Parts: sequence; C-alpha cells; structure tokens
Amino acid sequence: MGPLAPYEIISENTNFLLAFFIGIAFGWVLESSGFSSSRKLAGVFYGYDTVVLKVFFTAAVTAMLGLLFMSLFGWVDLDLIYVNPTYLTSAIVGGVVMGAGFIMGGFCPGTSFCGAAIGKIDAMVFIGGLFIGVYGFAFTYGWWEKMYFAKYLGEPKVSEKLGMSDGLFGLFLIVIALGMFYVAEWAEKKFPREEY
Amino acid sequence: MSNNQNTVRSRKYLNPYLGGVLLGLVLLAANFISGRGLGASGAIKSVVATTIEVVDKDAVSTMPFMSEYAESHSGSPMKSWLVFQMMGVIVGGFLSGALAGRLKLKVEHSPKITSKRRLIFALAGGILFGFGSQLGRGCTSGSALSGMAVLSLGGFVTMMGIFGTAFALAYFFRKNWI
Repeated sequence: MGPLAPYEIISENTNFLLAFFIGIAFGWVLESSGFSSSRKLAGVFYGYDTVVLKVFFTAAVTAMLGLLFMSLFGWVDLDLIYVNPTYLTSAIVGGVVMGAGFIMGGFCPGTSFCGAAIGKIDAMVFIGGLFIGVYGFAFTYGWWEKMYFAKYLGEPKVSEKLGMSDGLFGLFLIVIALGMFYVAEWAEKKFPREEY
Repeated sequence: MSNNQNTVRSRKYLNPYLGGVLLGLVLLAANFISGRGLGASGAIKSVVATTIEVVDKDAVSTMPFMSEYAESHSGSPMKSWLVFQMMGVIVGGFLSGALAGRLKLKVEHSPKITSKRRLIFALAGGILFGFGSQLGRGCTSGSALSGMAVLSLGGFVTMMGIFGTAFALAYFFRKNWI
C-alpha cells in the first residue's frame, strides 16, 4: 500500500536514495526527449517544434490516470498524496513571471539542469540566473509577503471546483490533450523548420 | 554540408508521446514512493538557503523566507528529497546525452543572434524563472506538472500562467528563436 514514505514502509534515508534514482530516470527522459535544447523547448511557442506540449501533457495524463487506477485498486491512498495548495494570486503572478522567463531564457529549471549536464553553456548561465532570482525573492520577501499568501483557497482539486468526479474530469483532460496533440501535429507541418 | 546531416541523424530523440508516457511513469513512481511529485526549483532554494547560511549565518535569520524553510527541513536544507532527486537529474541527463552522442560544450542559439545576446537573455530568463518559482511555490515540474497529475487547481492555474504568458510574449522575442 502506497505511498511508501508517508506510511513509513521505507525509511527516510531509503526515500532519499530512491529520490536519486527517480532523478536519474527524470533527467534521462527529459534529455532523450530533447529538453536539453532551448531551441526545441521554445519551438512550441512558434509551432515549429511542439515536443514540450506533447511530452508535458502525455506525462500529466499518464500520472493522473496511474494515480486514479492505483487508488481504485487500493494500491495507493490518495489522501496521503500531496496536493499543491492554491494561493490564487501568487499562482497567477508567479506563473506569469515564469512564462516571461521561459520565452526569454528558453529553459525551465529542470530542463536547464539537463542542458547543463550535456555541456550547454546557455543552460549553465540560465542556472546562474535561477540562483540570483531565488535569492532576490528571499531578499525582497517583505515586499511580496502579502501577495504570497493572498487568496488562499486550501488544497482544492479542479474536479471538486467543477463539481465532477476525478474520473470524469480525467476523461475531459484526455480529450483536451488529444485535441491539443492534433493541433500540434498540424502546426509542425504548417511551420516547418530545418533541423538545428 | 553532408557532415552536418550526419550529426542531425545521430542526434535522434525519443518519440515525444513515448517520452511523455515514461515521464508520467517517473512522476507516478515519485508519488507512490514519497507521496509527492517531482520538482526542480525546491532544490535550488535549498542550495541558496545553505549558501546564505555558510556565507553569513546571521543573514538567514534576517530572511524569514529562508529561515522558515531551513526550520522545516530538520536544520539542514540540503537534506531534502528534491536535492537528491536533482542530483539524479544531472546524472541521468548526462548519461542520456553521452549515449546519444550529444555531449558538447557550446552556446546554442539561433544563427540570427550572437552568443552574447543568447547568454544575456538566458541570464535574464533564469532570474525571472527563479523569482517566479518562489512566488508561485514551484516551477514547471513541481507546480505545473506534478500539480496537474494530482488535479490541483493551483497546478492548473500556474501551468496556464507559464504557457499562456510565454505564448503571449513569443512575438516580441521571435528574433531569438526563429
């Protein structure tokens, strides 16, 4: 019965060791999908390479379905799975700032480490920027503290907010993802780029 | 440029849908084992908190954002799940790149811009992403992807914020990419 660490089936140190192995798999999948290249990542915003959209939404749907089925079979207790809290204002403003950073820098934090791992100097500089940005936020925290905690909604699921079951919402998400994949395949044909 | 064509072929990537399923399984494994999803910016926060402490121990207490974080990690911010996971990401990324013949020290940029311009924008983008990840309580991995897998409203909102803004601003930065 999972999750293993919260149920104390595995020790804290085992959990840390497994974190390292999960990280290896995470980094391997990101890199071999092409996420170590900023030009491939940024491609989604111009339509010439939509690998980000395909990998990202396939992964979200796969993990979501996996959790729903594992819960159904009694393999995992969803009540012990961490659901990110929703502070509406900071979720929106933080997302907007990150989006600006994405289109300028061409990486997000996880992918920049993959890029740096294979020698991309632009990724290393991006990581330098990340440290400055995190320090900058901590240093000026007093200015943002009110916004950081504004509009706290608890830990709501989208399905709850829409008044539908997790499974039904999951089905909607799959249909939406398939629709986006269709548009993505179309866009790659419409805005072809030479290999880079 | 026949040589160039060969390099392109040797740099073949995984099918994106297969990559997505594999990434989803990794995320599922993280949830099953630790009860939480994946992340990246949390590990950077740990390193920043530790660095501040090493450089100037008193400085941490003057930064409530960092001191609260240090307290919640049993005294040592480096002893965190995400720090171990991110060490793995570097190893995994390196192994994948090495096996596919993609290890190369270089600045990747569009032929229309200089390396210097690429690096300036990479730094600026990194600063914004680092800042935003703290305000938004997680980045693309921890907030958007992991949040969506557990159907968190905040995760969906952050995901739309990140991708929506990048799309909206894409026109102004097109020279950097296309």
